[in-house]
Amino acid sequence: MNAFRVEVRVMPRAALLDPQGQAVEHALHALGFGDVARVRMGKHLVLDVNATSRDEALARARAMCDRLLANPVTEDYDLVVDGDVPR
Amino acid sequence: MKRVAVIVFPGSNCDAETLAAAGAAGSDAYFVWHRDADLRQADAVILPGGFSYGDYLRSGAIARFSSVMAAVTAHARAGGPVLGICNGFQILCEAGLLPGGLMRNARLRFLSRPTWVRVEQIDTPFTCLYEKGEILEVPIAHGDGRYVVDPRTAAELEATDRIVWRYVRDNPNGSTNGIAGVTNAGHNVVGIMPHPERRTAPALGGEDGARVFHSMEARHATQHAVDVRAVDDRHLRV
Repeated sequence: MNAFRVEVRVMPRAALLDPQGQAVEHALHALGFGDVARVRMGKHLVLDVNATSRDEALARARAMCDRLLANPVTEDYDLVVDGDVPR
Repeated sequence: MKRVAVIVFPGSNCDAETLAAAGAAGSDAYFVWHRDADLRQADAVILPGGFSYGDYLRSGAIARFSSVMAAVTAHARAGGPVLGICNGFQILCEAGLLPGGLMRNARLRFLSRPTWVRVEQIDTPFTCLYEKGEILEVPIAHGDGRYVVDPRTAAELEATDRIVWRYVRDNPNGSTNGIAGVTNAGHNVVGIMPHPERRTAPALGGEDGARVFHSMEARHATQHAVDVRAVDDRHLRV
């Protein structure tokens, strides 16, 4: 059994309004960062998952996302395990 | 007199007013703590407003897994009336008992002010004493009140008359189609963002919300074709 670090990135669905991202975008523009074309804002969760393999850790993390960490109606998520982006 | 369970989660803060509003309408209303697995023979269940679990992760996301929610889900699946107000609406969406979800208000501000809603659906246990098309003044108090559904579900909700209340005059939070409240296919589960419990007497600024609670009593007095009473055994099996 090893601990695998799983990073979960949860983002509001691309088609949905993201007022937080827009507010940050406007603030960046106000500070002179006119080169920022768009900002979207989500959540980043870091989990240490005990599992026998990297694949198992990934599968468990997916189950956690589907059950709790992301809402499929409003959000999308992706996962990184031990620094590797799974296929 | 109907038995009305008002569920209390850590962070609920409209539970007392909701209990009082149901009591004033003649119900035998009582609190049920979120850790309880038993609704104590409730005829109807209300999930009150507030900030369960501090709105951590997403509003309603953690409360949705409280012990009591298995009983609430069983009660709803058996056709029992369930009303979610504000945070209660968010919890019902997270639990999959209502379609859609509630996201951050379009203009980010936390909104605590009166709104006006049109009554669109009166065939529910919580709106049967209203007139269809009636305009009500009821306050909102939320940061995450923007109702979001995919376009197909939105069209289905419209086509099947499952919008219960709709914002008129303005759409305060950017909700899809101005939706302020929806019901499930069976019309027994209703979620609304505005707070009817805050408008139940002239001294509170109006009583447009009172009939939500009177509807519960009236509906049950005449509707017993199906026994919707959720019993303990049933809760435990689901």
